[in-house]
Amino acid sequence: MQILVLVKAVPDPERANEITLDPETGTVKREGIPLVINPLDRNAVEEALRLKEEKGGTVAALSMGPPAAEGPLREALALGVDRAVLLSDRAMAGADTLATARVLAAGARYLGDFDLILCGAESFDGGTAQVGPELAQFLGLPHASYVTSAREKGGLLEVEAKVEDGRKKLQVRLPALLTVSRELNRPRGLSFSGIVRARGKKVEVLSLADLGMDPSRAGVAGSPTIIGDISTPTTTRSGEIIKGDPEEVVDVLVKKLTEAGVV
Amino acid sequence: MVEFQFTEEQEMLRKAAREFAEQVVAPLVPKMEETDETPEEIIKGMGERDLLAVTIPPEYGGLGLGHVARVIVLEEVARVSVATAMMLQVFHLGIDPILVFGTEEQKKKYLPALARGERLATVAVTEATGGSEPTACQTEARLEGDHYVLNGRKVFITDVHLADVQVVFTRTGEKEFTTFILEKGMEGFRPGRYEHKVGMKGCDTGELILDNCVVPKENMLGKPGDGLKVALAGISETGREGIAGCALGLLQACLESSTKFANERILYGRPIAKLQGIQWKIAEMAVNLEAARLLTYRAAAMRDKGQRCDVEMAQAKYFVTEAAARAAKDTCDIHGGYGVMNEYAAQRYLRDAQVLIPSAGTSEIMRIVIARAALK
Repeated sequence: MQILVLVKAVPDPERANEITLDPETGTVKREGIPLVINPLDRNAVEEALRLKEEKGGTVAALSMGPPAAEGPLREALALGVDRAVLLSDRAMAGADTLATARVLAAGARYLGDFDLILCGAESFDGGTAQVGPELAQFLGLPHASYVTSAREKGGLLEVEAKVEDGRKKLQVRLPALLTVSRELNRPRGLSFSGIVRARGKKVEVLSLADLGMDPSRAGVAGSPTIIGDISTPTTTRSGEIIKGDPEEVVDVLVKKLTEAGVV
Repeated sequence: MVEFQFTEEQEMLRKAAREFAEQVVAPLVPKMEETDETPEEIIKGMGERDLLAVTIPPEYGGLGLGHVARVIVLEEVARVSVATAMMLQVFHLGIDPILVFGTEEQKKKYLPALARGERLATVAVTEATGGSEPTACQTEARLEGDHYVLNGRKVFITDVHLADVQVVFTRTGEKEFTTFILEKGMEGFRPGRYEHKVGMKGCDTGELILDNCVVPKENMLGKPGDGLKVALAGISETGREGIAGCALGLLQACLESSTKFANERILYGRPIAKLQGIQWKIAEMAVNLEAARLLTYRAAAMRDKGQRCDVEMAQAKYFVTEAAARAAKDTCDIHGGYGVMNEYAAQRYLRDAQVLIPSAGTSEIMRIVIARAALK
């Protein structure tokens, strides 16, 4: 089985409180925060490695990001993926989900044919959950999102996926793309021997020119999304003491809660 | 040139060690504190993630990552559980004499299974007469034909109930000492009572009883009379390094929990982190941690280069453990009443720090070593 897994480099969730927003430029400031593999992408990597161990084949990891995204890809190599490719180009910066998916599609085609593409259902930072399905669309593949279990049976994948109010079961014909939930598996830890085994492996870096892609279709230039405003939500709390005898107080409280739409 | 940066690979090793500590060890700490027993999952996890293979060369199935990597691992594990780091450091300490003094046959026989984490090792020197004066050793090894017969009792042996392979220091003559590789299951070999410490709960410690224990001649490390050399090399470089590594993680944990608490605890309408009295304690911890890292990693880097580093290790061990003990006390103080409550880790840091002080030589012994070198 030839498997491609998408690995996004995101700021370390452990240090999420250091992330700030720049309202003037409408961007997320994450300088100085180390990049890690997007948590759900670790589940995707795990599933890819398990399938490889079970059925043979290879696993390639693909990412689009700044040069610093090499770190998380090296981690993917240490976890056991066979090949890691970073799509990195100044002209890829500022991409919305559409331009991102378009560049990733070009990257996936460049790398060859895959039986299965796996990625996390959403990223820890952007959290749109759009890139996976968009990529499937670009590549003309069937897809399932928020997958919680997957079993291959004669070219068909039997899949369980989360929907808003429950789970759905479906069959997906291979080749396909799955975006995965955390319930899918428990990702393995980085092992020292994995780190040592990955010593000789390099992260391959490809530019738009390598992909033969027109810069106007990538990055800010290729992104129809315009960010109107970006702000940190403020929550204010206020206390109020209701006085009176218990029955009276309860009536006032129920009335207030009803007005607030809480009950 | 002086390099003050870890390599990319070392950073990744740190990450792997932190993952092990946070995912595998952290959930088990409350149970260890409560029962003072070693959970099987911890030992299994160490093997699975190759924590035991760090210092063993690739030709014997290890990873050959060296001593800087060893300290990185110990620091990260101790940050979450000093008890676990202590067990790990002693496993390395048990492996080391075989690596340094073992014959090719002994290395081939023992190291691969130790590297895979299938078997565990420890070292047994200390007796009731003390550890800092190994020549007071009363455990006796008597040559009888093609084997030795060992009799005696070791105390304060870390991992004694867990380790399959134990390097044991004995007396073979009036002024002659010899070390042997013993194995669990040998006739007359028996780990004795569990010893309970004030801290490092869940770290196995106890007696080793040798009652007419029969040991083949080929299990001798080095020659008859090499015992002191073997024991001192292990303790002065590997043991001190290991304890310094444990203390580094403890210092880091103290700083993290102190800053977190100081930022969250509101007193008179603002976090106590705004109070200068608290800031001074935090500053002390931060600068001691940096100094501690420099001393320890420098000594470990010397070790990796094959340079003699017993004095540097003594300096590191002395400085870091004392700094960790002060930091643990300050952490408790910053936590106020919560500092003595079991729900907070601060009290555990204080108890663990005290166990680090006499381990691998007290601060007094360290200063004797340091002063002797300085006065030369």
